[in-house]
Amino acid sequence: MAGYNMMRCGEFRTTYEKDTTIFPTPMSKKFAILGVILCFIAPLHIGEFSFLSDFAVTLMIQIGYMSIAALGLNILVGFTGQISLGHAAFFGFGAFASAWMNNEFGIPVFFAIPLAGILTMAVGIMFGMPAARIKGLYLAIATLASQFILEDFFARADWFTGGSAGSLANSMEIFGYVVTGDRQYYYVVLFYMIVMFILAANLMRSRDGRAFVAVRDHYLSAEVMGIRLTWYRVLSFGISSLFAGIGGALFAHYLEYVSVESFNLLLSIQFIGMIIIGGLGSVMGSLLGTIFMVLLPEVMQGGAGLIASTEWGNIPAITEGVNYMKEMVIGLSIVLFLIFEPDGLAHRWRMTKAYWKLYPFSY
Amino acid sequence: MNWDLLSQLLMNGLIIGCLYGVVGMCFVLIYKSTQIVNFAQGEFLLIGAWVCWWFLTTWELPFIVGFLFTLGFMTVFGILLQMIVLRPMIGEPIISVIMVTIGLSLFFQASLKWIFGVNVQPFPKVFDQETVMFFGMQIQTAYVMSLVISLAIMIGFAWFFKTSKHGLAMRATAFDQQVAQSLGISVKHVFAMAWAISAVVSAVAGVVIGIVNGVSDTLAFIGIKVFPAVILGGLDSIIGAIVGGIIIGLLENFAEYADGQWFQVGNMYTIAPFYVLVIILMIKPYGLFGTKDIERV
Repeated sequence: MAGYNMMRCGEFRTTYEKDTTIFPTPMSKKFAILGVILCFIAPLHIGEFSFLSDFAVTLMIQIGYMSIAALGLNILVGFTGQISLGHAAFFGFGAFASAWMNNEFGIPVFFAIPLAGILTMAVGIMFGMPAARIKGLYLAIATLASQFILEDFFARADWFTGGSAGSLANSMEIFGYVVTGDRQYYYVVLFYMIVMFILAANLMRSRDGRAFVAVRDHYLSAEVMGIRLTWYRVLSFGISSLFAGIGGALFAHYLEYVSVESFNLLLSIQFIGMIIIGGLGSVMGSLLGTIFMVLLPEVMQGGAGLIASTEWGNIPAITEGVNYMKEMVIGLSIVLFLIFEPDGLAHRWRMTKAYWKLYPFSY
Repeated sequence: MNWDLLSQLLMNGLIIGCLYGVVGMCFVLIYKSTQIVNFAQGEFLLIGAWVCWWFLTTWELPFIVGFLFTLGFMTVFGILLQMIVLRPMIGEPIISVIMVTIGLSLFFQASLKWIFGVNVQPFPKVFDQETVMFFGMQIQTAYVMSLVISLAIMIGFAWFFKTSKHGLAMRATAFDQQVAQSLGISVKHVFAMAWAISAVVSAVAGVVIGIVNGVSDTLAFIGIKVFPAVILGGLDSIIGAIVGGIIIGLLENFAEYADGQWFQVGNMYTIAPFYVLVIILMIKPYGLFGTKDIERV
């Protein structure tokens, strides 16, 4: 879980500011800035030359909006210790809300996305109400019910979602400038991603963030210390839905079409899979887990293509079954991670860093 | 009011409710003895039904033999699953345990779709007579059989837990693991037994539903429908699971009737139990018969 860092020998923190800083060392700050710059230049193409193929750009956009939603779920599950099996429904609600506000009231997409996030937050608080009374397993089942209730609502509310026909979303427009193509939309997603990740990282340094962690670690002691349990449990539902809503809205305006069927239980499970694989209670882990979860099916698709292209491997069972294999591998990777690496990729990443810091002498 | 339709639907509700009760019992059995919430319960039904179907069609065994083979297979399956996957999870936080079973359910569902396809496959004919008349209502023979089997399973459970040595050991383990261990009960065996019994009984329910509706992956949804039933009855009460199952079965059929007659919104059959679930959780989270969890510091 979160909370412990590998500190280098001789590195002492003497003030609270130093202890809660986002970047523990100047080097890590430089690396983060370098990473953002690399993300900025990655989709550029100059003349004939481009760093990334079109397909890689679509994958990166997918990682972008999914990771925002996964980060929200991580605030709820990893930091506050509440379980939600209905995250996909909130993701979907954000998608529909943004498209609806844009189509119905003519609110520009640029404003509709954050507004959709706030609307989803309200819905999340409503469905988080049971969390005031129940916890753990019972809460998991209550959120499972909210997943089905919202899914049913999507299928029924023609005025909101367009019913079974789905709803069309306009493309992104920033003060008259229409964003066209994946390479331009990439920057919109990147902008939101940076904003949301900084927000989340800062939230965890604030009083509210510490209250979340206290509720997770021992809710009775937290209450004794004067933390309003009900308020923070419901609030964390709200914040997690806000992130989900913004992720969903970005998804809607990327595909420009939202269908009712895409926000099912499987997607909810995938979201939880992302944060478990990435590492519960780690902001960076949400991103790592999303990357894993998005790339895994693509790698499998590629692998199946390679096998099918060989002479002996062209078996219909492999070429047709690859979709089922993807689901199987998602399920299997969740199980294997929980058994063998419950702290997720974020922990592995820390271990690797610690190893190289002291290379070649291990102490 | 359309009394014929209503009584027919309520009869169906009673029968399907008994099946929910049986599956709920299996769910409660695992929860009570091993503290694991099994989100893969529906997949147990699905696996049982598919394996039985495979024995009957590909191997062309007679129904009884194929059915017994299925039960044997499910016993081994339950024990292996507990040994390989669930045993390392003992003592882990609740989210990990829930997610392991969810991961398993995803894995099984996808692999079964891959092996057996996504189409509904009818069972070979088991009964000569399709329907029987009962107080003027037409009821499928398989439904009557399922009612009889459910009642038999319930009585079997009662006998097992009240009188048999293994049943007593399981109840002792559910009550207090450490005390049970110090009295010479092998908690490992009890856990394995709980999973095996649960898998076998779920498979019976799966086969029964498969005979009526054909086998397809929608069967796994029963595993989710069982949640409203067990929450209503109380998560750790076997009697509660049966009562809750029957109430939910009646309720969803009544909701369908009310929907068809008055509201016309559609899909009430699937969704009504979940509304009930949320309401119960808000008002009485420990259900009708569940033990109230009192926390002392």
